[in-house]
Amino acid sequence: MEPENLPAIRAEGLTKTYGSGESTVHALRGVSLSVPRGEMVVLLGPSGSGKSTLLNILGGLDSPTSGRVFFDHDELTAFDDRHLTQFRREFVGFVFQFYNLIPSLTARENVALVTEIARNPMTPEQALELVGLGKRMDHFPAQLSGGEQQRVAIARAIAKQPRVLLCDEPTGALDSKTGIVVLEAIARVNRELGTTTMVITHNAAIARMADRILSMADGEIQRTETNPAPCAPAELSW
Amino acid sequence: MIEFLAPLDRKLARDLWAIKGQALAIAVVIGCGVGMYLMSKGMLASLADTRAAYYERYRFADVWVPVKRAPSAQLAHITELPGVRRAETRIRAGVILDVEGASAPITGEIQSLPFIRGPHINDFVLRRGRYPDPVREEEVLALEAFADAHNLAPGDHLYAILNGTKKKLTISGIALSPEYVYAISPGEIVPDKKRFGVLWMNRDALANAFDLDGAFNEVVLLTSTGDNQEPLLEQLDRLLKRYGATGAYGRDQQISDQFLTNEIQELETLGRLLPPIFLLVAAFLLNVVIGRLVDTEREQIGLLKAFGYSNSAVALHYLKMIGVITFLGIVVGVALGLWLGHGLARLYMDYFKFPFLLFRAPPEVYLVGIGFCLLVSAAGTFTAVRKVVRLDPAVAMVPPPPPDYSRSGRWLEMLTRWIDQPSRMILRHLYRWPKRAAMSCIGIAMSMGLLIGASFSMDAVMVMVDISFNVIDRQDVTVNFVEPRNIRAVQDVLHAPGAMTAEPFRAIPVVLRNGPRTRREAVIGLAPQPELSRVVDTDLNPVVLPDYGIVLSDKLAELLAIETGDTLRMEVRTGRRPEVDVVVSGIVKTYMGTAAFMDLAEMNRMLRDDMVISGTYLLIDPEQADAFYRALKNTPVVAGVSLQEQAQNAFYDTLQDSLGTFVFFNTLFAGLIAIGVVYNSARISLSERGRELASLRVLGLTRGEVSYILLGELAVLTLLALPLGALLGYLLAWTLVQSFDTELFRIPLIINPSTYGHAALVVLFSAAASGLLVHRRIQRLDLIAVLKTRE
Repeated sequence: MEPENLPAIRAEGLTKTYGSGESTVHALRGVSLSVPRGEMVVLLGPSGSGKSTLLNILGGLDSPTSGRVFFDHDELTAFDDRHLTQFRREFVGFVFQFYNLIPSLTARENVALVTEIARNPMTPEQALELVGLGKRMDHFPAQLSGGEQQRVAIARAIAKQPRVLLCDEPTGALDSKTGIVVLEAIARVNRELGTTTMVITHNAAIARMADRILSMADGEIQRTETNPAPCAPAELSW
Repeated sequence: MIEFLAPLDRKLARDLWAIKGQALAIAVVIGCGVGMYLMSKGMLASLADTRAAYYERYRFADVWVPVKRAPSAQLAHITELPGVRRAETRIRAGVILDVEGASAPITGEIQSLPFIRGPHINDFVLRRGRYPDPVREEEVLALEAFADAHNLAPGDHLYAILNGTKKKLTISGIALSPEYVYAISPGEIVPDKKRFGVLWMNRDALANAFDLDGAFNEVVLLTSTGDNQEPLLEQLDRLLKRYGATGAYGRDQQISDQFLTNEIQELETLGRLLPPIFLLVAAFLLNVVIGRLVDTEREQIGLLKAFGYSNSAVALHYLKMIGVITFLGIVVGVALGLWLGHGLARLYMDYFKFPFLLFRAPPEVYLVGIGFCLLVSAAGTFTAVRKVVRLDPAVAMVPPPPPDYSRSGRWLEMLTRWIDQPSRMILRHLYRWPKRAAMSCIGIAMSMGLLIGASFSMDAVMVMVDISFNVIDRQDVTVNFVEPRNIRAVQDVLHAPGAMTAEPFRAIPVVLRNGPRTRREAVIGLAPQPELSRVVDTDLNPVVLPDYGIVLSDKLAELLAIETGDTLRMEVRTGRRPEVDVVVSGIVKTYMGTAAFMDLAEMNRMLRDDMVISGTYLLIDPEQADAFYRALKNTPVVAGVSLQEQAQNAFYDTLQDSLGTFVFFNTLFAGLIAIGVVYNSARISLSERGRELASLRVLGLTRGEVSYILLGELAVLTLLALPLGALLGYLLAWTLVQSFDTELFRIPLIINPSTYGHAALVVLFSAAASGLLVHRRIQRLDLIAVLKTRE
């Protein structure tokens, strides 16, 4: 076991550029950060600030142009595609703005899709209970509201008991009331399972529920704040 | 170049480029249909036109009247008959030819040249050399195919047994004749250029040889009767009865023309059956591709409409896309059709000896082909374009709700309770879109059906040949005598070195009548239980010929509309020419021709002849074949010989050349269809479900696992298509068997298991190849891009 003080995720000097020559776009211009174990981190920034790129790199979906990413002891940036797939399969849970549920599978089956291939999963039922959907397990995505679909997506992301949960604008497509229900599910997972959680948003109001707030602009982390007293999602409003 | 286009047309160009693989696959399938149509219809027209022109220009006879010996003065009476435009007499006889280097005797025909050169009936086309000198008895013209096969040129020599006398002849020229477009020896099934020769000789010389001075043994006529030839044939028979007329016949029984007509019929069938299959598949592919493209572009369509593009402008945009693909298909089709057509024309020139045969499809064939193709495209894309027109912009710009899978069948749920989620996705997806699944399945099945339908003919013909050569006609050699002879002649033949067993037969020309139905046939008299040339029933068991009545082949019975036990009027056209009522004592199976059989003794009793035979079937010792042939070539009484083994070999060669080519192209086309269907289905699924699949990749599913979901569905469809394809293939084969049922041939409906297997393999291979192409695209799936956009 690794010492308790080792951060869950550590990044050093990440850059990411697209294109070449005059049309080069610098999505990340040297980002370093370290996310302590079990923390709830909110990554704040306007669109185009590089936050999604950073999240994708931290989750093993994308690779940086330069710089290194460490997950516990492993250097993620040294992995090939097969290892990255394996990494996502075992350690990372993703939640997206548009849910990305499989329409041909019920809520339970969408979660089972992941638990079938995970090493130490909870049952789909437990995961769905955790997000408050114990009663709607056998519904297909088409029969669920947007908020419910997003909560299924969260259940699906956490059912494998990942080390980190990465959420990209999880409330972006939802109204504030539904959004708060979704954030409550995320907060509960973070609290009860101790899953290191990163939430991307451009909605500053959400930042109040975080232990740590990273503000990004122009591909750089402009400011890091720690929040000694995160509030419960129910207290948020926007 | 793209910069000069209107924005919508630029979108069109780029969209087309984006789906270039699919567009090409559809265009190729359309192209196969159009090409097949052009080829068969064009070849049909070319063949029919060439035949008509050739017959017209060289005055191909309408009627032939063979007689034994008639005085030349009879010509005047014949010319006076109503409906006769022109009549000419000639001498025509069977000969045995001997060419240096050929061990086996060659069967041939020799005809007299008209006294005066000029336009004649059945005129020939002099290809090389010159006409025989009227005063040189030994000079002859030779049929081009035969001369070429033996490398004979003007000035070369060959030997012929003319009425029992062996003569050395000199070839003065090489010719073609409309009577021998398909130069085939009577009783054979495929032409063998080496083993059948035709010569033309000065009339005086031939008359001398056959003792026909001032006489003739055949009249050829041009008539003005049109289709109603029968009364004239009857009159000719009556008029020439006392000169031994064996029965006048028209073009429908002229062997070369019969085969030509048969070929034209086959082309017609292929042109009618196969192209629609391709075009049907093309329509289906267009339907699927354009339909789903419209689905994935609904937001863009809504946007365009919101910007103020009219319904028709947006519909036109998609119509243009369909138009480009269809046009591409037509271009491919025309090119393919011309290429195949020219190839086929070259192949035909090997079998059908025309002075020229150019593949030229008449304009209406292009018009019909292209028109049909446009119609098919329109039909295939109608619903998709209608959807474009009807789409409400406000609705279109809202993303579609996730497809509802909640109405999944209960049985399916029971069935899938224990399987993993990816497999469940496959089954639910199939269940949710049954029409789409069925269409893909049918498309794949069609390719397999086509393949079976094309290749089965090879199986069937092989069986037909096997039955004909190994079950029915088991003799090595058939010897025809110049004149009917006493059965003792068999002993003479058996004296030849190598001859082992002999069985006599007698063939007599007859006219068979059942009410208004009349057939001019030859009846074969056989020993009651022949061992060599046998008569078999529908189960291929040898039949013992009853000692009464006549046994008919199934086809002849069908043509005469008669059954076992019925009575038939038989007018014998030889010897004492009795006209008797005979009972049909049995009906037997034959795959070739329209044969009729009698007990030999009964036949001779009926003719009030002693034991007379016209030839004998023989088994020979293969070791002594050469010696036997040498003896035969010097036997004066022999008029014709046919050798089973060589006939069989010629048949297999022909089969490889013609059917083999046909099967090869159909395999290619069927493979293209299978690829077209599977590739298109997979590509569209990929574009529709890209997000879903990318999500799975993000969740940690490997590329293999993701490919499984997409390709597993296609695998299921392909597997389901196999039995369906086998069924379609059987149906297609059945249809082909029905339409190839002619007087000349019938093919049995026999499909070897290996043909099914081969077809299944081609389909599986094509599906796997398409799967691999799509799998590579899954490899390149851009996870981030797919997840960020809302499609």
